[in-house]
Parts: sequence; C-alpha cells; structure tokens
Amino acid sequence: MAALDQHIFESEHEATSTGLPNTKLAMWIFLASDCLLFGALISTYVLYRGASIKGPYPSDVFDIPYTSVSSFVLLASSLTMVLALAAIQRGDQGQMRVWLLATALLGATFVGGQVYEFTTFADEGLTLTTNLFSTTFYVLTGFHGTHVAIGILMLLSLLVMSFTGKITQQNSLSVELVGLYWHFVDIVWIVIFTIVYLIPTGPGPT
Amino acid sequence: MASVSVPGERGRWLTRRPASTTGFWSWITTVDHKRIGILYGVTAFAFFLIGGSEALFIRLQLARPDQNLISAETYNEFFTMHGVTMIFLVVMPLSSAFFNYLIPLQIGARDVAFPRLNAYSYWVFLFGGLFIYSSFALGGAPNGGWFGYAPLSTAEAGNNMLFYATGLIIVGVASTVSAINLAVTIINMRAPGMTMFRMPVFIWMGLVVQFLLAFSLPIITVGLFEMLFDRRFGTHFFDPAAGGDPVLWQHLFWLFGHPEVYILILPAMGIVSEVLPVFARKPLFGYQFVVFSGIAIGFIGFGVWAHHMFAVGLGPVANTAFGISTMIIAVPTGVKIFNWLGTLWKGDIRFTPPMLFSIGFIAQFIVGGLSGVTHAVVPADYQQTDTYYIVAHFHYVLVGGAIFGLFAGIYYWWPKIFGRMLPDRWGKVNFWILAIGFNLTFAPMHVLGLQGMPRRIHSYPESLGLTFWNTAATLGAFIIALGVLQFLIMAISSFMRPKDAPADPWDARTLEWTTGSPPPPHNFDEIPEVHALDDFWHRKYAETKTGRVVPVPAGGADQAVPGGVHATRGEREMEHEPHGIHMPGPSYWPFVSALGFPLIGYGVVFSPWPIVAGAAIVLIGLYGWALEPSAE
Amino acid sequence: MRKSTRWVLGAIALALLAAACSPDASQSSLEPAGPYADTVDDLFTPVFWVAVGVFVLVEGALLWFVIRYRHRRTRTDVPPQIHGNTRLEIGWTILPAVILAGVAVPTVATIFDLAREPSGGNVMQIDVLGHQWWWEFDYPDLQINTANELHIPVNTPVYLSLCAAGSGYEAQPAPNECQADLPVPAGLGLSVIHSFWVPELAGKQDVVPGRTNTVWIEADRPGTYEGQCAEFCGLSHAYMRFHVVAHEADEFDAWVRGQQAEAASASGPAAQGQEVFAANCIQCHSVNGLTDDAGEPVIGAIQGPNLTHLMSRECFAGCIFETNTDNLTRWVSDAPSLKPGSLMPSGLNELGLTPRQVDAVVAYLETLE
Repeated sequence: MAALDQHIFESEHEATSTGLPNTKLAMWIFLASDCLLFGALISTYVLYRGASIKGPYPSDVFDIPYTSVSSFVLLASSLTMVLALAAIQRGDQGQMRVWLLATALLGATFVGGQVYEFTTFADEGLTLTTNLFSTTFYVLTGFHGTHVAIGILMLLSLLVMSFTGKITQQNSLSVELVGLYWHFVDIVWIVIFTIVYLIPTGPGPT
Repeated sequence: MASVSVPGERGRWLTRRPASTTGFWSWITTVDHKRIGILYGVTAFAFFLIGGSEALFIRLQLARPDQNLISAETYNEFFTMHGVTMIFLVVMPLSSAFFNYLIPLQIGARDVAFPRLNAYSYWVFLFGGLFIYSSFALGGAPNGGWFGYAPLSTAEAGNNMLFYATGLIIVGVASTVSAINLAVTIINMRAPGMTMFRMPVFIWMGLVVQFLLAFSLPIITVGLFEMLFDRRFGTHFFDPAAGGDPVLWQHLFWLFGHPEVYILILPAMGIVSEVLPVFARKPLFGYQFVVFSGIAIGFIGFGVWAHHMFAVGLGPVANTAFGISTMIIAVPTGVKIFNWLGTLWKGDIRFTPPMLFSIGFIAQFIVGGLSGVTHAVVPADYQQTDTYYIVAHFHYVLVGGAIFGLFAGIYYWWPKIFGRMLPDRWGKVNFWILAIGFNLTFAPMHVLGLQGMPRRIHSYPESLGLTFWNTAATLGAFIIALGVLQFLIMAISSFMRPKDAPADPWDARTLEWTTGSPPPPHNFDEIPEVHALDDFWHRKYAETKTGRVVPVPAGGADQAVPGGVHATRGEREMEHEPHGIHMPGPSYWPFVSALGFPLIGYGVVFSPWPIVAGAAIVLIGLYGWALEPSAE
Repeated sequence: MRKSTRWVLGAIALALLAAACSPDASQSSLEPAGPYADTVDDLFTPVFWVAVGVFVLVEGALLWFVIRYRHRRTRTDVPPQIHGNTRLEIGWTILPAVILAGVAVPTVATIFDLAREPSGGNVMQIDVLGHQWWWEFDYPDLQINTANELHIPVNTPVYLSLCAAGSGYEAQPAPNECQADLPVPAGLGLSVIHSFWVPELAGKQDVVPGRTNTVWIEADRPGTYEGQCAEFCGLSHAYMRFHVVAHEADEFDAWVRGQQAEAASASGPAAQGQEVFAANCIQCHSVNGLTDDAGEPVIGAIQGPNLTHLMSRECFAGCIFETNTDNLTRWVSDAPSLKPGSLMPSGLNELGLTPRQVDAVVAYLETLE
C-alpha cells in the first residue's frame, strides 16, 4: 500500500518548508503511529505473559533455533534492501531489480516460515483460541506477518514499476520509502522475537 | 479547475482523470481541500441531526419516572449511538471540516500535501459512518455504550457490538490517514515567511490534534481488533475464565479515549483563539503561552487515562498518580482561559454571533473545567463517576465547549466559505436559544448526579426524587433542538440571497481573509509572503511611535485588501488562463477504493466472502490511483 | 436585557442550590450516613466551595470585561495592540497550580485512608455477588444467603468482597473468589462488570469478572439506604437496585436468627403451590428446608435468589418491586414483560403454569417469611 502511496504522493509534491519531501515526512509519521500499534499489541502480550491457565505453554511449542534462522532471513532482507536503494541511487536499474527481488524473496521466506510454524503449532494443539498465550501470540505475530506481506506487495509493485521506467536515479524516493517501511518492520520483529521467544517464561502459569 | 483530462489518450478511459468541475460527479471526484471541507461539514451536520434526535428520545424517556416510551433495548442502542455519533461522526469530522478548509488557506498553501488522500479520508469516513448506521436495519445497533466495556461487549449475543468494533476501525483508518496528511501539510506546506511561530493558533491546535490522532488511534485500533477477535473468533483477550482481564480493554480504550477528549476540544479552542482577537480588535494575549499550553495538554493528555477508572480497583497508588496528573493538566487549561480573558481586556468588543458563541464557549468551558477538577479529587469521584454529574461535566466541555466553539467557527467562516453573510440579528437569537437550552439541559444534571442518578439507566423510580430536574433537562433539550432547527433554516435561507460577502467582512487578521469569498480553487493568485504573526492585520494597520494604531493609508490598504469583486475577477481569469498554476485534477479512485471498506466490514460481521471482494476493491482502487496520469 | 439575563441566571443558580439540598432525593451522595460517605463529603464540600469561588471570580472577570470593554458607537480608534505580559502569565500559571496542590494534599491522604482494610474485632465480612440483574449477599460466617437486601448492624464496619457471578465465554460459569466451588450448570446471566454503590454510605466500587474488589461500608444510624448498580451491565441495568438495611445490634441479631431458620413445610392452599414450586422453580431457586412428599430434602439451584425468607425482604427482582401479593403474582406469571431480558422465565408462557397454579405458588411464596 505504501508503495502505491509514495507514487501517488510523489507527483503532487512541491518545494517544502522543511526541505524534507512530503512523502518522506508522511512515512515517518505513519511509522511513528505504527509504533503505537505494535506497542499496544506487545503490551497485551507482556501483560498476559504467564497468565494462561492451561497449556500448551510457550516452552512446549517454541523451536528457538528454527525461529532464529527465519529471523536471520528477515534481517538479511534489510541488507538487500539497502543494496537495492544504493543501486538505484547510482543509477543501476539491473542491480536494483535483483536486490528488490532478493528482498521480496527473503521476506516471503520469512512469511512462509511463519506459516509453517503456525501449522506446526496447530498440530501440537495450539490454535488461536486454545488459551491466552495462543491468543496473544498469534494475533501479535500475525499482525507483524501481515505487515511483512504488505511490504512484499510494495516491493513487487516497485519491481513492476521499474520495468515501466517509473523509477529512475533522480526519482529514487519511492525505493527509499519502501526501504524505510521495510527496515521498520524488521526492527519491530527484533523486538517481538526478543520478547516473545528469547525471554523465557515458565512451563506453566505463574 | 485548471486541469482536465489529458486529451489524445484514446483507449485509456480507465486511467483518464475525470474532468467535470460542476455538478454531482464533481463532488464525488473532487480533491479540492475546500470542497472536501464542505463535504465533511455537511456530513457531520447531518449526523449531528441524527445523534441529536437520539438524544431527544433519551430525554423524552427520562422526562418522567418509570416511562416506557422506548424499550430498554432501544434506549441502550440510542445512548450508545448518540455517543458514538457525536464523538466520531460529528465533533471529529466537523473539526476536520475546518482543518481541511482552513489549514491551506491560513498557512498560504494551494492545497493539502496529498489532495487525493484527503478525498480518500473523507470517503472512508463517510462509508464507515454509514456502515455503523446500517446496523439499525441489519439486526440491531451497537448497544454496549460508546466505551464498549468488555466482557459485556464481547460476550453478549448479536452483531451489535461487531458493527461497533468494525465501524470504528474503519472510521479510525480515515482519521489516521487524514491526520498524517494534515500534519505534513502544516509542517511542510507553509508559505514563505510563515514560520512555526507565525502560524495562527488554530493551525497550532490543528497540528497538536493531528499528532494526538496519529498516536492514540492505533491504540484503540488494537483494542477494537482484540474485541473483534474475542467476539468473532473466540479468542480470550478479555476472558477472565481463561486468565484474561476485562480491565485491559479499559486501559486500551482510555489510553485512546482521553487524548480523544483533547482531540475534540482543541479545535474549538483554536477557533475561539481566532475569533476573540478579531472582535476584540486586539491580538491574542500571550500567543506563545496559548500555543505551549496546547502542546502541554497534548503531552499530558496521554498520562491521565486511568482517571476514568478510579472505581475499577487499581489500588490507591495508581489512583493517586492519576488523580495528580489530572490536576496537573488543569493548569495549561486554566492558562488558556486567562489568556482569552486577557485578550478581551481593554479590547473593543463587538458582539457578533461568532463572538457571542466564543464568549459562551469560555463561560461554559469554565464550568466543565471546574467540575473536571472535582473528578480529580479521587474520593469525590468514587461518588461522581458513572453518574449524571459526569454527564453534565463532559457535556459542558463537549457541547458548551466544543460545539459552541464549532458554531463560532461556522458563523465566523460562513461568509468565507459560501460568500454569504449569515443574518446578524438571527445569529444572536440563535446563540441565546442554544445557550439557554444548553444550560437548562445540563446544569440540572450536576444536581441529578450528586443526588444519585447513575448513567445509562433507561428508567428511574419516582421514589428517588429525581423527577423535577429530569423534566427540566428534557425541556432544555427541546430548546436546543429549536435552536438547531432555527440555525438550519437560517443557513439554508442564506443561499437564497446573492453572494454578498466581501473578502474581509470582519476586519480579520489571518491569510484566508486576503483572498476572495469564496476563495478561487487555487486559493491565492500569488502565494503570499508572510512577515509577521497576524500578517494581514499588519498590512492594514500600523502603529505610530506613541503606540496608537492607525490604518495604513487608503491606497495601500486597497491594494492589500482585495475586495470580492477583485477576487472574482481573478477567479474568472483563472478559468481562461491558469497562469501556469497546476492544481491536482479530480479523481474517481479515492471514492472507489473507499467503497471496499464497508464491504470488508460486512464480511467481518456476517460471512468472510465480502472481505475478499472488499479487499480487492480497495486494492484495485489504490492501483488505479497509482496508475492515473498526473494532471498536467 | 443583559441585566435581566443576569437576574434570571442568578435565580437559576439559587434554585439549583436549593434543589441540591432538598431532602426528597432518597439516594443522594449529599446526605452521607456513614464514615466513608462522610469522609468523601468532607473532602468534596470544601473543594466545591473553592470551585465556586474560582467560578465567581473568573466568570465575574469575563462578565466585567465583556461589559466594560464593549464596543461603543462613538468609538473609532483601534485599541492598543497588547501582545501579552510574561510576568502576568507566569503568575496565572502558578496560581492554579498552587490551588491544585492545596487540593491534592487532602485528596491523597483520603485515598489511602479509604483504601485501608478496616480492623478491629467487630468487622463483619460479607460477599457481594453481582448478577445480571440482581445482587446476592452471602454472609460466610453466619451461613446466610440473601438477595437484594443487605442487612448490617449500625456502627460496625462491614468489609465487602465484590465478585461478578454468571457465566463467562462459551456459556461456562466464570470462576470467582466469592463462590469457592461453582456447582452450577450453564444458564446463568453473563459475568459482566457491575458497580456497587450506596451513595449515602460509600462511593462506588466496580465488580469486575476475574477480580475480587473490596470496599467497606458503615452506617451511623438505623435505616434503609438505597443503592444501585452504577456500571452499565446490559439490558436491565436500570433495574439492578438494592437496599442496605442498618439495624441496632439486638435487632440485627434477631434478623440473623430469623434468616438462619429453615422454611417450614407448607399446608393448606400453599401446599399445592409448594409442589408446583418443587417441580419448576428449583431449577434456579432454592428454599432451605424444602422437602418433597416423602420428606426428602429438595436441593434447589442457586442461579436465582435464595427464596427461603423472601417475605422478609421489602423488595424483589432487583428491588424494583415491593414484595406483595399483586407484584408477586404478576412476576411469577410473566417476569420478562416486567423486566427486560429477565432470566426468570414467564410462568404462564414458558413454564405452562395455569393462573391458578401461579396463585398457588404465590400463596406458597407468602409463607416464606
């Protein structure tokens, strides 16, 4: 969506009071606002940590090495995103397309990994409605996964647009904006991964 | 309109931009901030009439003890929808109307930062509002209160509260998008020389409000999603049987809900801060104090939410902390009142209708502020909370305050927006009817609350001795209705007269009065250059060495104050020769994309398939929007 | 006209004050009758007068400026453009802060004062259960369970534990600390938030599912104090009222003895009613001491109020009806038509009772004293 937005915005922006492009400012405010969204979701998870009165509990289902790998994949996609932006800023369309595609694929791998993880958990008897842990876990990570999926959609839109010649060295702002969004989503995942997976909770209700 | 579709692009009808600048479709496709402002205003006023009618039914039911004029079920739907309507569909969009119309004009811009996104906000808001109201025809309107406390809202059968959660998420999307758009506009689109501290106070309050919206709406959105998931999919967020805590909803709701109060009142404070200086013919007393107190209110507003929850049992430490933070927020609020008084002091006060409404605002807001301080006295609040004392308090803030402030704005900017003056005499009559009706309705509620009348009861026994003041309040409510009706007649009949308003009928101080009434689509022939706070005033008046204020010599003044004729000629020129001013062209896509939202909403409430269709429409709309040629 | 407006406003203000003190309101927080309510009132009253003082000063200044500096027809010059006065503005920032600090000190002291658990040998413990839409009062130490009327001895601190009764999600009984084991099947009202409020004795305390809140009350003098649920709890929220009846110590002891007694077996016309009762009403209600023909005890359910001493209560059905033959007959015949959403089924329409059977049941109920 933001990929579309940035394109929409671009044609309508003129010289600004702060010198910052309107679209970039808008993206920053949007991300700040989105911080509060995740803040509220993470708070819900933290408040209910250890409050489930029946299992399965986090330690029963989590496979930390597996999730660590998929987290690493998502982090790596931030690097490829940086490379994509650098490519277009020096005018290298081909490189940019390669890195955009790589970013999208890494993102898709992460989402795929999440889907696989969810199905595994479900097989182990942890569905959305099983207990308080499952409720808070699925909704929090699901919201994040949706953000990643939207990001992939934006990356693919950029890719398509690059073939119609709409993305140029002088006009690389759209790539930068999607990059901002993408890095934000990655950072949020680091927080979620730390709080949900790495900080241990007891085997049962506390 | 300066722009039309690109000729010669045969076969690309899908991506061609609409051309009409008059008629029905021009309103559907408009991206002009002024027209969108008018759309917001008209829509909000329509919802105002609906929400007001619900209030009249409530008052009729409570006029006498033990009445059964409407059933308990209908009563619960009405008080819930009255609150939802007045907050989300009246005061917020009415404020939006003024922000949309005035922000570009007051900062000297041609439009907002993202004109099509602006249209999008409006359509999503409209469809969200209609979606919530369609619940009346689809099995029952929301009935759990505007505050929707879990687990009543999540455990009860029926789709009522699903409409509430889904509808508010949709309206929230509209407000978030609009908040980002307007914040960027204020920060980035100011005319040369319009530094932050030369901006009118109304713009400052607008900026604070947009940030409050951007940072508080996500919190309620999470709460609403959790409610939706509990209600629709059987999750356990607010389910005590699974270890969940219903109080979490209250925290999420009021973390949004209290900043929301300032979202509702700050625009009116901004309007009053514009109106008072004009009709006292003095600058706002302590501009910087008013601005900083507004910003302070914005910050502290996030730290007082649990004063809505003193009786929940959070414990004495939490209650103390929130009691004190609530007292602290009273300080910047008090500062504003004193600064307004300072503005009137030694002024040359003209009692025009906008001025009367502004003075009424101050007088009534003082009452609401003082009763608010008594809620901060926590033990007293144990008695007051959830009674009519609270109802009295927030109506003094939101009707006596916000609505009176917004009415001041309507009277003040009506000539600018529609090019016609509202009749002075009838405007004054209107003020007195509304003021008398308002005070008769809500002053008695202080007494009723202290005498033990709880809120949200559809009936009360005669033995409680509450009849007299309830009857009085009902009488007052109908006087308000009379006032609103009179306003409506006056407003509509103003269109039967020719456009007679000059560009600057009030001898005002801000930039919007330098252009025609109504302004041309491109707002300003030349983007103004700003040299001072109240720049327009300084173009008209100079101060002598002895401190006397004298008009700038006639010729200069004429030049500086383009009359209506002048501006109209400018506008006519624009039609033929756009001077190279490129205004963004109209677009279908915001409307189309917004149409998807209610469809998604119905999918959430009834069955999942419409969600797919709705999401597809939203996406198709956005892609059509992106592929649309820019209008050049 | 301005002057007359002021006179009218003044008259209204006086009338308001008069009404605020008028004695006919029977559930008024302005007439405290116990130490908790007194403490609150002692705090509110001075704050109220400070607020009145501020109100008079600020509104007075507004009115004075508006009159003093109104536009006069002869005036042509523009007033001096005063942009502000920093010293003045700092002053009027500090002044309200000082006043508020003065208010904050007693406020904080009172918050902690009221939050203290009452101590001493004579403290009485009662569990309060909020149902949709009636109140249940359980005296764990005295083995008494009653509804809608809370009886307490005067000058005795009563410590209340507040629990929300009813079913939670998925129609399962929601656990609460006031009912240790819930032997109750589904079919209750929803477990939702209520708020316990007797204005003349104490401020509100919410009754929250999943939490056990506490509040203490104490009455200075014997009498009946009216109370009401103050948190919106669904369809018949308005009909969730109750009484607190304060007795002198000896009277209270007599009441306790009366309540502890079991109901006697009915005879005469009421005996038929007892049969109908045992066949229908025990799905939700219980009567201690009820037996069937064989003399075996009949154990009723506890979804509805315990009716063992129904006739000793002045009111029933969330205290919206006086307990008398007429009202009981109407209620047993068709409760939902009298109280929206009532979980008590209609005797005539849903349970299929005949009017005569209803009369018999009421005759039986009237023996439960």
